[in-house]
Amino acid sequence: MRPQSPSQTVGPFFAFALVREGGNILVNEETQGEHILLRGQVLDGDEQPVDDALVEIWQADAQGRFRHPADPNYALADPHFRGFGRSGTASGGFWFRTVKPGPVPPSPVPCIAVRVFARGMLIHAVSRVYFSDHDNTQDPLFASLDPERRETLVAERQLTPAGVVYRWDIRLQGPHETIFFDL
Amino acid sequence: MSHHESPSRVLDWSVQPPYLYSPYVATVRRAPHHPLVPLPASLLERTGPVYGEGDIGPLDHDLTQNAAKNGAPLGERIIVTGRVLDESGRGVPGVLIEIWQANAAGRYIHKNDQHDAPLDPNFVGAGRTLTDDQGYYRFITIKPGAYPWRNHHNAWRPAHIHFSLIGRNFSERLVTQMYFPGDPLLKYDPIYQGIPNIKARERLISSFDLETTRPEWALGYRFDIVLAGFERTYFEEEH
Repeated sequence: MRPQSPSQTVGPFFAFALVREGGNILVNEETQGEHILLRGQVLDGDEQPVDDALVEIWQADAQGRFRHPADPNYALADPHFRGFGRSGTASGGFWFRTVKPGPVPPSPVPCIAVRVFARGMLIHAVSRVYFSDHDNTQDPLFASLDPERRETLVAERQLTPAGVVYRWDIRLQGPHETIFFDL
Repeated sequence: MSHHESPSRVLDWSVQPPYLYSPYVATVRRAPHHPLVPLPASLLERTGPVYGEGDIGPLDHDLTQNAAKNGAPLGERIIVTGRVLDESGRGVPGVLIEIWQANAAGRYIHKNDQHDAPLDPNFVGAGRTLTDDQGYYRFITIKPGAYPWRNHHNAWRPAHIHFSLIGRNFSERLVTQMYFPGDPLLKYDPIYQGIPNIKARERLISSFDLETTRPEWALGYRFDIVLAGFERTYFEEEH
C-alpha cells in the first residue's frame, strides 16, 4: 500500500481558481426534474458566517441516476446534468441552482453529498443533505444516526416567489454541529 | 470483494491532519468537535463527476501563457510534473488537477490579498489539467514567493502551490499543497506542521528533478500524489 498524501488547507485565496461563474448552477433549460435552489451559510463556533469557505455538492439526477460508469443505469442518466457543483461563501453564503435528486436505490429518499473546505480547515469535512419533505428515517444511514443530531442534515423546504428553496446551514462546531462523516 | 461492500473508511488518520491544531489559529473555531460518523459506501460515494478533454483548454496547464497580456510573467519559470497514484500504486487516469498560487513576489490576484508586493499583469496563478492514461500530469508555471499571513509573530508561508484533485469518485478527493525542497520556512509553518506524521508531511515536499529540467529554459520539480479512495472494482469489471 502506498501511503496517502496528506491534506492541507484550501487557503484564503482559492476563489479565483476554484470558484468560476456558473459553477454553482448545475442545470440548464433542458435538465429534467424539479429545479430547486439549495442555499445556506457555513457557521463557525461563534455562530459567525464563514465567508471564505468552499462548498461542493455531488448528486444524482432527477431519476436517481449518475453520469458515471459505476452506475448500472449510467446510459440513462440525464445528459443535461453533470451533478457536481461548487460555491464559495463570500457573499452571504453558498447557493446552488440544481434539481431535486431522485432517490438512489436501495434508499427510498433522496440526498446530496457535500464537502466543505475553508481556511482554517486542514482537511475538508464530508456531510450529506436530506430534504424536509421526506420521511428520512426510511433511509438506513439516516435512521442509524443519533436522533438528537440527525436533523442537522435536513434542508427546510420553502416556497418562495422565485421557486422552491431548500435552506440548510452547515455548523462547523457548537451545540448544533452538523454531522460529518468519515470518508 | 463485491463492489457493494467497499470499506467504509477511506482516510488514514495517522497521516492526515486533525481538524483542531491550535497553533494554526483559524482551526480553533472551525474544527468539528464530534467524532466523525463512519459512512458506508453507497452509489453516491462510489460515483463522482467525470471530466474529459473537452473540459480543458490547450493552455490551461501553462500558467506562463494562460493569462499573458503583453509579455511573460516575471520570476523563475518552473515545470512541475508527477504522477497521481492510488494506494495500490496504480496510476489514476482522468483526474482533474487544479492549481493556484501566488506570483513570484508572493502576491495573489485576490481582492483580499493586501500584501505589499507587486501584482504581475501577465500572471493570474491558476491552471488546470487532466492526468493521462498512466496518471501523469505536467504544469508550467512560475516559482511562487513566500508571503506574510499574520497567524503568529512574523508568520510567513513557505513557497507553495495549492493542488485540488478530483478523482474517479466522490471518495477520491484531495486538496493539498506542494512545497519546495530546502525551504527554511517549513519548520515555522503551522499549516505544514499540522500534519502530525513527519514522514507524511515530507511527502508534500517536491523534489528537484534534472530529468524534468529543460536546458536553458526551466527547472523541473517532481511531485507525486497518492489519492485515498474506495476500491474501484467496477472499473476492472468493465474490461
